[in-house]
Amino acid sequence: MIFSYYPGCTLRTRAKDLDVYARKCALALGVELVEPKDWQCCGVVYPLAGDEIAHRLSAVRVLQDAQSRSVSVLTVCSACHNVLKQCAYDLKNDADFRNKANAYSEFDIPVTGEVDVVHYLEMLRDTVGFDTIKQKVVNPLTGKKIGAYYGCLLLRPGKKMGFDDPENPAIIEEFIKALGAEPVIYPYRNECCGGYVTLENKPLAQKKSQTVLESAKEMGAECVITACPLCLYNLKKNGGDTLPVYYFTELLAEALGVK
Amino acid sequence: MKIDMNKRDSVIRMTGINPRTCMKCGKCSATCPSFDEMEYHPHQFISLVEAGRVDELMASESLYNCLACMACLERCPRGVEPAKFVEAVRNLKLREHGGNHLAPEAIPEMLDADLPQQAIVSAFRKYSK
Repeated sequence: MIFSYYPGCTLRTRAKDLDVYARKCALALGVELVEPKDWQCCGVVYPLAGDEIAHRLSAVRVLQDAQSRSVSVLTVCSACHNVLKQCAYDLKNDADFRNKANAYSEFDIPVTGEVDVVHYLEMLRDTVGFDTIKQKVVNPLTGKKIGAYYGCLLLRPGKKMGFDDPENPAIIEEFIKALGAEPVIYPYRNECCGGYVTLENKPLAQKKSQTVLESAKEMGAECVITACPLCLYNLKKNGGDTLPVYYFTELLAEALGVK
Repeated sequence: MKIDMNKRDSVIRMTGINPRTCMKCGKCSATCPSFDEMEYHPHQFISLVEAGRVDELMASESLYNCLACMACLERCPRGVEPAKFVEAVRNLKLREHGGNHLAPEAIPEMLDADLPQQAIVSAFRKYSK
């Protein structure tokens, strides 16, 4: 299986671990990742006001590139995934936006939104299969109690993201089980870490991140895993040293013996 | 208290949602992770927009404490999606001359060695036009 692998800006700089282990694991699992040429930033946040067209155009370019090559886009970063997935939905379902995006960008092949945006975790579940991963694990993380931190961007809005049940997700817990570890369910696993507010209002980000980690710790987690560089930053920097936090790809690499 | 129905209509146009759909159940505010930091809580945003009292919202710090986590948007039983109203009102403010909330000159002081680029770009998209 070949995917158009979209790493995104942060994975090239501050979140190298997320990227490096994603590539190593894909190789070990027989999934081919082809990075698009000359990709640029996805836009990071999806504009919630419908009249923002320009803010969505960088995502449209990524989607048009994959569509013109008839491949699915594979994302790892939660923020990239959220923007690309929502913009693909808009292109498909909002003719006004689709027309404006095409008029503005002058593509050789018009963009239609007929392109799948797949998150790495979805690829593990739906393309590789958690059962196959279980068989390929050489260093099972037996006995390790791990809390899945979903955050916001993988799940919401549920209707557009279609990632999992936005209020009671299971995909990362299934992933943890496939690695031989024990998933820990805790109430704040799909509540916000504080996000970009850390820049301007650190006390608010600290309050949110500490609440998440304390909730995970209270339910018995020994560490927490995430797919988002900003969640990782907030939980580590603003979470009060409550628990260790890792990228999910790092644990996968460890279990597959490719770390 | 100033009533400005033009601004009200702008917000409705930007969100594409009729605020009168709100049944004032308060679920959005109950789930808001920034509740304590919001002078106007998500359900109040909807009420004030409906009443045309957009200027009060535009002057409030509440605009910059919304985390865009989409919890209110997901959990609203009426599909009113308060986060969209917060963003629309913030955009009205940012699009005014001199209305930007974050200046590039302010960024270097906010940086540390681990801060992901994602945070800076997000903040600019939310706080600056």
